[in-house]
Amino acid sequence: MEYLINPLILVTFFPLVGVLIIAFLKQEQKNAARWVALITSLITFGLSLWMLAQFDSSDPQLQMVVNLPWIQVAGWNISFYLGIDGLSILLVLLTTFLAPLAILSTWTAVEDRVKDFMMFFLLLEVGMLGVFLAQDLFLFYIFWEFTLVPMYFLIGIWGGQRRMYAAIKFFLYTMAGSILMLLAILWLGINQGTFTLPDLMAKGGIPADLQLWLFLAFAAAFAIKVPMWPLHSWLPDAHVEAPTAGSVILAGILLKLGTYGFLRFNLGLFPQAAVQAAPWIAVLAVIGILYGAMVSYAQKDVKKLVAYSSVSHLGFVMLGLFALNSQGIQGGILQMVNHGISTGALFLIVGMIYERRHTRDIDAFGGLWKVMPVYAVLTLIVALSSMGLPGLNGFVGEFTILLGAWGAGAPGGALGSYWFAGLAALGVILAAVYILFMFQKMFLGPVTKDENRSLKDINWREIAILIPLIVLIFWIGLYPKPFFDLMAPAVDNLVAALQSAAVAGLP
Amino acid sequence: MVPVEYYLGLSIVLFVMGAVGVLIRRNAIIIFMSIELMLNAANLAFVAYAYEYQQISGQIFVFFVMAVAAAEVAVGLALIVAIFHTKQSIDVDEINLLKG
Amino acid sequence: MFLLEEAVSQGPQFFWLAPWIVAIPVIGLLFNILFGARLPEKVVGWVASLASGLAFVVAVLLAVSLASNHEGQVVTLAEWIHIGDFTVRWAFQVDTLSVTMMLLVSGVGTLIHIYSIGYMHEDVRHNGDPKRFRRFFVYLNLFIAAMMILVSSDNYLMLFVGWEGVGLCSYLLIGFWYEKGKDGIGNSLAAKKAMIANRVGDFGVLLALFIMFWGFGSLDFHTVFEKAPEVAGAAPWVIGAITLAFLLGVTGKSAQIPLYVWLPDAMAGPTPVSALIHAATMVTAGVYLVTRSAALYDLAPDVQTIVALVGAVTALFAATIAVGQFDIKKVLAYSTVSQLGFMVAAVGMGAYTAGMFHLIAHAFFKGLLFLASGSVILGVERGHHHVEHDAHLKKTIKGHGHDFDPQDMRNMGGMRHTMKVTFWVYLIGSLALAGIFPFAGFWSKDEILLDAYLHNQTVFILLLLAAFLTAFYMTRQVLLVFFGKPRSAAAEHAKESPPVMTVPLIILAILSVFGGVLNLPVFHTFGHWLEHTLEGLEAQEFSLLVAATATLASLLAILLGWWLYSRRYNQQQELPVAKRPDDPLRQILGPVFTALNNKWWVDELYQLIIIRPYAWLSNFLAEQVDWRFWHDWFHEKVIANGYTGLSYFLADKFDMRVIDGAANGLATVTQQFAGGLRRLQTGYVRNYALSIFLGLVLIMAYLFFR
Repeated sequence: MEYLINPLILVTFFPLVGVLIIAFLKQEQKNAARWVALITSLITFGLSLWMLAQFDSSDPQLQMVVNLPWIQVAGWNISFYLGIDGLSILLVLLTTFLAPLAILSTWTAVEDRVKDFMMFFLLLEVGMLGVFLAQDLFLFYIFWEFTLVPMYFLIGIWGGQRRMYAAIKFFLYTMAGSILMLLAILWLGINQGTFTLPDLMAKGGIPADLQLWLFLAFAAAFAIKVPMWPLHSWLPDAHVEAPTAGSVILAGILLKLGTYGFLRFNLGLFPQAAVQAAPWIAVLAVIGILYGAMVSYAQKDVKKLVAYSSVSHLGFVMLGLFALNSQGIQGGILQMVNHGISTGALFLIVGMIYERRHTRDIDAFGGLWKVMPVYAVLTLIVALSSMGLPGLNGFVGEFTILLGAWGAGAPGGALGSYWFAGLAALGVILAAVYILFMFQKMFLGPVTKDENRSLKDINWREIAILIPLIVLIFWIGLYPKPFFDLMAPAVDNLVAALQSAAVAGLP
Repeated sequence: MVPVEYYLGLSIVLFVMGAVGVLIRRNAIIIFMSIELMLNAANLAFVAYAYEYQQISGQIFVFFVMAVAAAEVAVGLALIVAIFHTKQSIDVDEINLLKG
Repeated sequence: MFLLEEAVSQGPQFFWLAPWIVAIPVIGLLFNILFGARLPEKVVGWVASLASGLAFVVAVLLAVSLASNHEGQVVTLAEWIHIGDFTVRWAFQVDTLSVTMMLLVSGVGTLIHIYSIGYMHEDVRHNGDPKRFRRFFVYLNLFIAAMMILVSSDNYLMLFVGWEGVGLCSYLLIGFWYEKGKDGIGNSLAAKKAMIANRVGDFGVLLALFIMFWGFGSLDFHTVFEKAPEVAGAAPWVIGAITLAFLLGVTGKSAQIPLYVWLPDAMAGPTPVSALIHAATMVTAGVYLVTRSAALYDLAPDVQTIVALVGAVTALFAATIAVGQFDIKKVLAYSTVSQLGFMVAAVGMGAYTAGMFHLIAHAFFKGLLFLASGSVILGVERGHHHVEHDAHLKKTIKGHGHDFDPQDMRNMGGMRHTMKVTFWVYLIGSLALAGIFPFAGFWSKDEILLDAYLHNQTVFILLLLAAFLTAFYMTRQVLLVFFGKPRSAAAEHAKESPPVMTVPLIILAILSVFGGVLNLPVFHTFGHWLEHTLEGLEAQEFSLLVAATATLASLLAILLGWWLYSRRYNQQQELPVAKRPDDPLRQILGPVFTALNNKWWVDELYQLIIIRPYAWLSNFLAEQVDWRFWHDWFHEKVIANGYTGLSYFLADKFDMRVIDGAANGLATVTQQFAGGLRRLQTGYVRNYALSIFLGLVLIMAYLFFR
């Protein structure tokens, strides 16, 4: 019974209350559905803050643990195991924080089957929170696959022109990677006698050559989700077709499921394999950074531009994680949050203009600053944050990642070459190129199209969506200490494990 | 003291009467009565053996059979009434809805 | 909040005020953002000026504190980033070097704020959007705040925040009239170009910071400088790499070869911006960076030589371009690039005092020149406006078009009569820039030339040539603008600017005249001031030979300029329009002048070798590689169609024939069997009962006989 007031249970499953209430509404009661969803997600956010208040940031171990035996037959040891630590708390908060904003963004954008939309959305939130909190591989896998279903419908029902194509591609692509992970999970669970992550980590003792195969099986699932170059092909389709709220959640949270998976499972379970694979992953990450930035520059559709920029940004995250030192990993985690905020905000911004003009063609705009000054200024701040201007959030993440990667590039470091950080730093220039290109094309210059002359500036609801994001952009940029403090002990623990693995791996 | 064979003989006579009744009569109610006759023939055999071997279980079975028979009567009579409503007859030879 | 380090108290102590140097401009800009929309222009302008002025007061108080306590202090505000052994704080270093920059930035900044109240009042109306008045002052205050972060930080990362922050302000202000310029997008393209060129430089700074942290374990100034000799002994390449990477940042921010190209385009910003950001303060950040990192550069003599050469070559190269320009601001822009080259060359040779001295003097006279040119441009615009709205005048003057360029010197002339104050201050500024005794520029430039003469002859010759050209193009400019006969109706009817603009000009003119006293030979006041921060400064003794050579070169240039642009030019003006060359030099130099006028085609070269290939590459990657090959071909054709093909094969060939055949066959057999069986199903209860009975009998019989 005491588990019923456990913060993690409440946070994870509270959105279901909203689902239940909305289920009893009629399809025509659109506003009621919206309000219920909004309030539910706000309460969930409140609950997550309550959880944060109980979180002891100096403790590197799992906290607020719920551990109930679940399926225990034929030697299988599956439990319902939730727990939180410094690696996941920021992502949980990010999820509960972005959800109300995304719901608010659908207020006028989604008019069709609002009830269903909100139910799927809240279900999606449950799934994502479950992924971040599950500490049992089996439970994790269930939540992991569960997120696919609502997202599939969000894209497939409320998406753009080719929504079915995008939804199916998204579903199949991510599903394909998960299968290998499932095999690895089953192997681990059966051979090691337990499915719970802390037990598996405590047990250790997976032979190094086997570690590499398991590492690759997990990596296949996560790399597709991140997505790492060259497995990113589903991303532009899914982003372009998804409704705004879907894109926000897709970019803000769902992609982080992949990087988080790398962090928690690949680094945590297979440290020796991680040390071995680090340079290879870093090669893909650096290619992704440069490739994503270059391809973004040539896009004609704003949403696609932002989608490809995600490939670049998540390349930074991956590079940081596989620098395998505390600067890189902490920077990587912070950059996950940063990307959720900045890119989430960019998708919201694109959605706002799309609602007015029903086009996302960059050439269809020009001189918007003159017509929509407030919108332009807010966009500028978000864009600058995305390109990593010092003093804003993106810089803190990118700088610490590159700093870590440079350190790992020293002879004997995890990456072993300065080229990784050096080339990745070029991405900073390229980011400025595509972001400023986009801003100049859309917002600067004279108003050239008549349709743009009478556009209305953003309203209070839209400002209210963006302001919390912008506050965070400045907060993380100017004073990221509280964020780093939350994750520091857990990351230090992880780094220590990785270092001893690196030493053990030496011939 | 009447030997148990007498009871069994009576039981067999009753049972055969019931079985023949079920097979040759057309009136559903008569068939129904014949079934009751067979059940009670079995009851008689149970009680006779229960007394013979001084075992309580035989008598308990009789109670079960009586309960089942009561339930059967309730359901069966309801069925007959329902059939009578639709067909205006209870002649079983006129009822062949299950013909393949 | 402020963790004051223990102070050895002597005299007035205002070090705790240091964070306010950033906070005050921020408060100013927040005030204008929140309330500025409802306030009249005057209030907005003066609030912003007040914020800058108060920052100046704080800087003065800090300087006063330093006068009695030379060591200065570090005022820590908060911890910024802390990961493992990597710690960076928001901390303000108050020492003689940073306070010098603070005084300069806030002092010149305040004057330019005040000037802008007058300038922008007209500019926003001229460009047709009076609402942008407030925005301009918000940007200016933001710039002051960012610049203060740059100069006052006690570590390289916070410096980098200011470094990019001023870059952002520069971007915003160049693109201030973002819908104007060539084809309506000229200004916004110039802004983008500035930001990206700066980012290329910032890439260098970033690399330097990475190397520095892993080499020194810290980014704090004092830790790095303390450890520098030790690290230089252990791993010499570290310091060489850091200083070289910094040089890339310097070429970006301080507009040196090869990244200088953004600065001339940056003149698209309003003129006060050109004065404040693109002449007096921001572009000197690179010089400040090298001076601040003196302890590192001193340990890397090879890199120092490279820095000095880059500066000297830039100085000469930009000076040649300045000779061939007709736009009044473009001339000054290239002159700025050239003068920055002087400073970079100076700090490259280890002559930090000379470099910083020239930085300050240059801020005075170049700020003055830009502001005065702004006054000239507005004067011409007023004249243009006057002519436009006077129907009678318009008829009498032929060829007065709408596409009139108020910045083209060919449309000016004779303005010393119409704009007296502007003329005199312009003259002072030009003389100071040309390095004529006793103006500020003479002393500062002389020190640089002296150091070059003593350290590096190549640099000396390059700089001397640059100085010659400097005097020449300034003479050309003054003569073209203020002397001769007016060459357009607008110039003829130009009007002087209001006092709110001329008063700052006069103050800057006074500073340009007397700025030299800061560091006169023999006294070396400024050198001794900086000595508290920078170790091992050597003060050179005044050399009459160098001073005389430099002055002679300047005088020669002025004479040549006068001969060309006064005598010859006026003669040529008498010729019919078709035969009249636009510049006497074109007659003499021919194609060389065309090259100068076209800036040696460097922009076109960059377009050809960098920008176009990049655009092509990214297009190729996006269209061909990512979309057509990877997305459409691989995923659609190979995977999706391959799978579909396989499944069709299975469905049509295998499933229909084999599996389906088997299933159907089974179904037929079952059906026939069932057809036979159904006859048993009579529907008569008695038949069923009989069969049950028979079945029972059979079972009984089996049980009985088994």
